[in-house]
Amino acid sequence: MQIRPILAALRRHRVAAFLIGMEIALACAILCNALFLISARIDTMQVSSGVDEDRLVVVSLDGVDDNAAADLAARLRSGLAGIAGVQSVAVTNAVPFGQQAGEAGFRLRADDPHYDNQGHFYVGGPALPSTLGLQLAEGRWFTPDEFGPISEFLPRSPSIMLDSEYARTLWPGESPLGKTVYAIDKAFRVVGTYRSLLRPNPNPGHTHNTLLLAGIPGKGLASVYVLRTAPGKADQVLQAARALVARVAPAVVVNQDYTDTISGLRRSYFAADRAMAGMLVGVIAALLLVTALGIVGLASFWVQQRRKQIGVRRALGATRGDILRYFQTENFLIVSFGIALGMVLAFGLNLVLMSRYELPRLPLFYLPAGALLLWVLGQLAVLAPALRAAAVPPVVATRSV
Amino acid sequence: MFGYYFDLAMRSLKRNKVLTGLMVLAIAVGIGASMTTLTVMYLLSGDPLPGKSARIYYPQLDPETGADVRKNPADLLDYISAHDLWQSGKADRQTMVVFGSIKLQPGLAGQSPFMADTLATTSDFFPMFDVPFRYGGAWNAADEARGVRQVVISDVLNQRLFGGANSVGRTIVLNGTGVQVVGVLDHWRPRPLFYMLVGARYSGGDTGGYYVRPQDVFLPMPTALDINAGNFGWFSCWGKPDRMDLRNAPCESVGLWVQLDTAAKAAAYRRYLDAYDAQQRALGRLSHPANTRMMSLHEWMAYQNAVPSDVKLQTWLAFGFLLVCLFNTVGLLLAKFLRRSGEIGVRRALGATRGAIFAQCLAEAGVIGLLGGVGGLLLTLLGLWLVRQQPVAYADVVALNVPMLLLTILLAVAASLLAGAFPALRASRVPPALQLKTL
Repeated sequence: MQIRPILAALRRHRVAAFLIGMEIALACAILCNALFLISARIDTMQVSSGVDEDRLVVVSLDGVDDNAAADLAARLRSGLAGIAGVQSVAVTNAVPFGQQAGEAGFRLRADDPHYDNQGHFYVGGPALPSTLGLQLAEGRWFTPDEFGPISEFLPRSPSIMLDSEYARTLWPGESPLGKTVYAIDKAFRVVGTYRSLLRPNPNPGHTHNTLLLAGIPGKGLASVYVLRTAPGKADQVLQAARALVARVAPAVVVNQDYTDTISGLRRSYFAADRAMAGMLVGVIAALLLVTALGIVGLASFWVQQRRKQIGVRRALGATRGDILRYFQTENFLIVSFGIALGMVLAFGLNLVLMSRYELPRLPLFYLPAGALLLWVLGQLAVLAPALRAAAVPPVVATRSV
Repeated sequence: MFGYYFDLAMRSLKRNKVLTGLMVLAIAVGIGASMTTLTVMYLLSGDPLPGKSARIYYPQLDPETGADVRKNPADLLDYISAHDLWQSGKADRQTMVVFGSIKLQPGLAGQSPFMADTLATTSDFFPMFDVPFRYGGAWNAADEARGVRQVVISDVLNQRLFGGANSVGRTIVLNGTGVQVVGVLDHWRPRPLFYMLVGARYSGGDTGGYYVRPQDVFLPMPTALDINAGNFGWFSCWGKPDRMDLRNAPCESVGLWVQLDTAAKAAAYRRYLDAYDAQQRALGRLSHPANTRMMSLHEWMAYQNAVPSDVKLQTWLAFGFLLVCLFNTVGLLLAKFLRRSGEIGVRRALGATRGAIFAQCLAEAGVIGLLGGVGGLLLTLLGLWLVRQQPVAYADVVALNVPMLLLTILLAVAASLLAGAFPALRASRVPPALQLKTL
């Protein structure tokens, strides 16, 4: 296939060809960035919580009276544990994808006046690690005598546990066991680390900066209950738990937004991200559609315009395949021009988005991926007009108009 | 003449229905996407207090005493500073706001208690922010100081509790304390909820939650401190607070808004703020270096980056998309007009001027734009419906309004005329002789 005659013909239509090229360039730029945004959202949504989400039911309460909290927690724990399908019940201050409850700054040295580290302090009753299904990474779990009553937000307890990954960032190259964490006005000694527990409100920069304290259910720790259920029983348990709270504790308010399975809480938590990703998919689909329509339209015009020339070429011995390939090559050239320009634009657009919306840099492999998509789209779009061109009979050459 | 061009345009468009359809569709999709996002942008970035926002200011200082010093003061004040500044009465109006929630026990048997969002505030809040009342009005300042058991409730809560009837004088039970309703708000939906726009700048652009509707229960500040102790939202603490004692907590939890009607008053208040800050420093209550601010409401909204970044991103995308659609239309129109070179040559030979050819082509582009605009309007309505289905706090305020409707049609026609101008110019430059020869 000779390129030169195609280029010569394109030069006669350079404006139209340039416009379609520009359209493809813009489409390429938007496509690459939109694909990247979608994949970033999907990454965000796939963050691991470290717990068995489908089997954990969370009951969140508001309006708990401090003076009645210990009694309430005791009644609810025994009541919830009695529901068919519940394997264990634990009281906590928060759960992954639930309401944030214990965000605080802390320091690693007693004499350091600055609170340089910030993490989410989970406060849980004795059954919390086993109910959540946490795995021990180093050290040991809390012993029963380490659980303390809550006073001023945090429990009076000598010990603390951390997420093992997070501990590594706090004490690089050292064992966290035996180290001390100073928070508010209390000091806690690290007795162990657990493998992966997500903070309630993860964001791309902060996911597993969590710590765990041992609290005795009661005043300050009576609002959130986690129920481990038998496989497949979560929905039943959720309904039964709602009914039970209404019966056992009519004076408290069930927080409906945060009473769900953890997988349900995850769905709600990422609802906006999912909607945005869906919208981006819609934009990409519409963009590809419009671009394809543009290619189909222009190619159709050109085929009609060149019927006579096509007839002449056919009469002079060109095969249908030659004509077909002519239009395919022409399209390939235009799309390639668009893609070359589009890659530069994609990069530029990414720079703008990076500076304005704190997005990371576009990984380079998105460029060839977007290019491939547009090449395929171009070839598919041009196929119908090109086939029509290939079907032009040589006899057209002999007609005057 | 225009009628004739219109007729010609319609004939030309009818000749190739599929391609006309493609062009109209491309314009419609581009317009639909852009106008959907632009409408959302317009609704979310508007002025929450039209005609008044320039006179509303947000004084700030750094009340912390810890070792860590912030570059910018925290987004709220501690109670003592806020109360001192408020009590001074130096501004034309001033109000404090503290957010919280409270357990509300409906009066009727069988209804279960629920949590209501509360705003503890002062009587100036309502006139200062032009809050509309359906029934009754605000409590008065003298009663407020005595901690009167009176509240103002939202229209939504009034609907829920009293079926929308005039509930002034009725009693509701908050945290076990009976309080009397003195006012019921009319529909009031400032966007964003500007007086609680705190912490938005840390949210990484995820600010959709700042577009919720106002709180359901408005309590006088001293009353709220009495009956809702322990249930306030803290912003940030630099020391260990007593949860039940907001007044003396080493925490930022109070917003102070002031209304200053002239630039001179604003400057005077700014000086007063500095003087107060310096005095407190001299007294030893404050220890950090002086760091006072006083932003206007507009500056505050810009500082907090109120418009969600997803919405801005969508607007960028939509306009990029519109640009693609326009390039598409220009290319197609160009091909379409130039294919009629023979016809144009005949018209030129018969005496039509270049201007006439240009006008005729442009009329065709305009008709496409008009059709695209109508299609775009339908797609905009569809797009806005889709936004309303999204799980966002502002879903209920998203609707097409008259200026946006007119802008949609205008944008479509302008875009297609712009897209048609170049092809029309090219068509009008077709040399008649050459075309006649090839016929």
